Amino acid sequence: MTAEPRTIRTEAEQALVQQFEDVLPDLPGGERVGSVRAAAFDKFRRLGLPHRRVEEWKYTDLRALMKRAALPARRPVEGAAEQTVRETADPLAGINRYRLVLVDGHYFDALSDRTALLSAGVDVASTRETLAADGEPASQLVATPEMAAGDIALALNAAFATDGVSVHIRQGVTLDKPLEIQHVLTSGEPRSASIRNRVVIGAGASAQIIETYRGPAGIAYQVNTVTEVIAGRDATVGWVRLQVEGDATQHLGATLLTMAPAARVDHLTVTAGAAVSRAEMYVTTGGEHAHLGIYAAGMIGGRQHADMTLLIDHALGGAYTRVVAKNAVDDDAHGVFQGKIIVEPDAQKTDAKMMAKSLLLSPTAEFDSKPELEIYADDVQCGHGATSGRIDDTQLFYLMARGVPRAVAERLLIEAFLDEAIDAVSDERLATALRAVVTAWLEKRGNAPA
Amino acid sequence: MTALLEVRDLRVSIGEREILKGIDLTVNEGETHAIMGPNGGGKSTLAYVLAGKDDYEVTGGSVLFKGQDLLAMAIDERAAAGVFLAFQYPIEIPGVATMTFLKAALNAQRKQRGEGEISTPDFMRKVREVSKKLNVTDEMLRRPLNVGFSGGEKKRNEIMQMALLEPSLCVLDETDSGLDIDALRVVADGVNALKSPTRGTVVITHYQRLLNYIVPDFVHVLSAGRIVRSGGKELALELEAKGYAEFTGKAA
Repeated sequence: MTAEPRTIRTEAEQALVQQFEDVLPDLPGGERVGSVRAAAFDKFRRLGLPHRRVEEWKYTDLRALMKRAALPARRPVEGAAEQTVRETADPLAGINRYRLVLVDGHYFDALSDRTALLSAGVDVASTRETLAADGEPASQLVATPEMAAGDIALALNAAFATDGVSVHIRQGVTLDKPLEIQHVLTSGEPRSASIRNRVVIGAGASAQIIETYRGPAGIAYQVNTVTEVIAGRDATVGWVRLQVEGDATQHLGATLLTMAPAARVDHLTVTAGAAVSRAEMYVTTGGEHAHLGIYAAGMIGGRQHADMTLLIDHALGGAYTRVVAKNAVDDDAHGVFQGKIIVEPDAQKTDAKMMAKSLLLSPTAEFDSKPELEIYADDVQCGHGATSGRIDDTQLFYLMARGVPRAVAERLLIEAFLDEAIDAVSDERLATALRAVVTAWLEKRGNAPA
Repeated sequence: MTALLEVRDLRVSIGEREILKGIDLTVNEGETHAIMGPNGGGKSTLAYVLAGKDDYEVTGGSVLFKGQDLLAMAIDERAAAGVFLAFQYPIEIPGVATMTFLKAALNAQRKQRGEGEISTPDFMRKVREVSKKLNVTDEMLRRPLNVGFSGGEKKRNEIMQMALLEPSLCVLDETDSGLDIDALRVVADGVNALKSPTRGTVVITHYQRLLNYIVPDFVHVLSAGRIVRSGGKELALELEAKGYAEFTGKAA
């Protein structure tokens, strides 16, 4: 029996179908981009929102979680955008960095440091302009890599992609300060934003990139953001993805990372915000002397749901890969880690290890962990591990026996637990700012009524 | 003489099993008591119960510390009041630097006692002073607490904490286990340096060896949950010669 095309659609699915028809004429791009959008949307039309019977979405049933589809956000007026950026709490305030600013998913040149970046050896273009030109760069920008072809979240992003930034750090450039791609949401009607960014780090270039997502509490914003990262030969990239969106937000994010040989990428995802979030990473490592570090520090509570899903492909031999995912889960929150490492037949001498640890801070907190290795080469060193548990009683007792009150001892242990991931950030000031995000979360947790 | 610790008919169980079956022990200021006895007799249980570990159920008796009900106090309150347990197996805590921990502990105790936080220069001076005496290197202080420390390093770190926190009752649980003779001497010197007319010490050990260095005023034999004999320091030598057989009813 062949599967019938699904005809029953949820309210959100029906709304998305209608929206696509309504907004398509206004989306940037010509025939070329239009056909990519149409093909991507067709996938959605056939399969609907991913749900628990789709293996990759088993623990994050988007069809059940996404009750409504918010209308795409219009470009805010300049003054409103400026005000939003100024008034939204900034965990990185005080860190001297270049900024590229997106408000409600729209790029604001006047709020950004494009000119300064240009003199530092970095070219920046808006995604809207690139798509509108409808040339080869436009189709590259909305293309979906083969390994992510079945991902409906990505398909929806390609269909609705509105704006974002394309950043090119020229060959050999060492960026003198971090570059932040900043995403901020206004506090009005709940809207959706479909963002597509692309960052190319040229051969031998070196940069610290920060990708931040902030927004107001209480507004059911829907963010679908895809960032493509291409690290050239011998490039050194430190990347921090910080998601501290409002407590009602739905955040679907994907990173598409491609590494050249001998590239080094250390990527840390810090998740504290949103009601429902999913941070996906699709990675193609660079073979010989490539160094990939993927780290995650998650802290969720209340009824939050946070998912991190990785697919790391080793096609060439000699790569070094480390994954360290640490998640603290409180109250009734639900955390998910899925990590799949593939080592293809030619990828001999791959050294890949993956560790996912979660700390359950309440009896009703939940964490699902699914590490997978798929190895087709015989001369490799690969391994994975996963642990999930409460704060260690013997450690707690030891600290308390030295006079540290229970609440402080717990904080010390949770900080230490998450620090193993944050330690991967080599920029000390940035690491300090991220530790402050952890501290703020712990303080909020400590003040919550029992 | 003021009683620091008064244990009266203390009964403690884990689950259905009674471990301590009525312990009486009085430690006055300035005294050093050794508690010896065969393994499994309840020595470590007594240490843990004094520190407040909650795996144990106190089913009877009382413990007064400086006249206050110790058993009613939380673990951290006992520490702040002046009870210090040097662990037989100090716990490794990855991610918490030893220095950070020491400062957190010292300040937490000061806060509970209504004192202000110690200034960083004062703290550094104090740590340097005590760490030097116990051969605790700067490198150890930077490392995560007890992680990768050798057995001897862990024990020196315990006594260093004791010197820093200046408790009024020091309980040493098998501090000699796993130490070679040089490390034993360093640790014993550290403990002896803390002896004072207002401080009491309880040394728990299986072997007499440690008591050559930390000389007790009283020795008690704890076997099968009871203190079966008490005496002066000469009792330790007698036990060393004869073993615990007479208390356990079988050859040691």
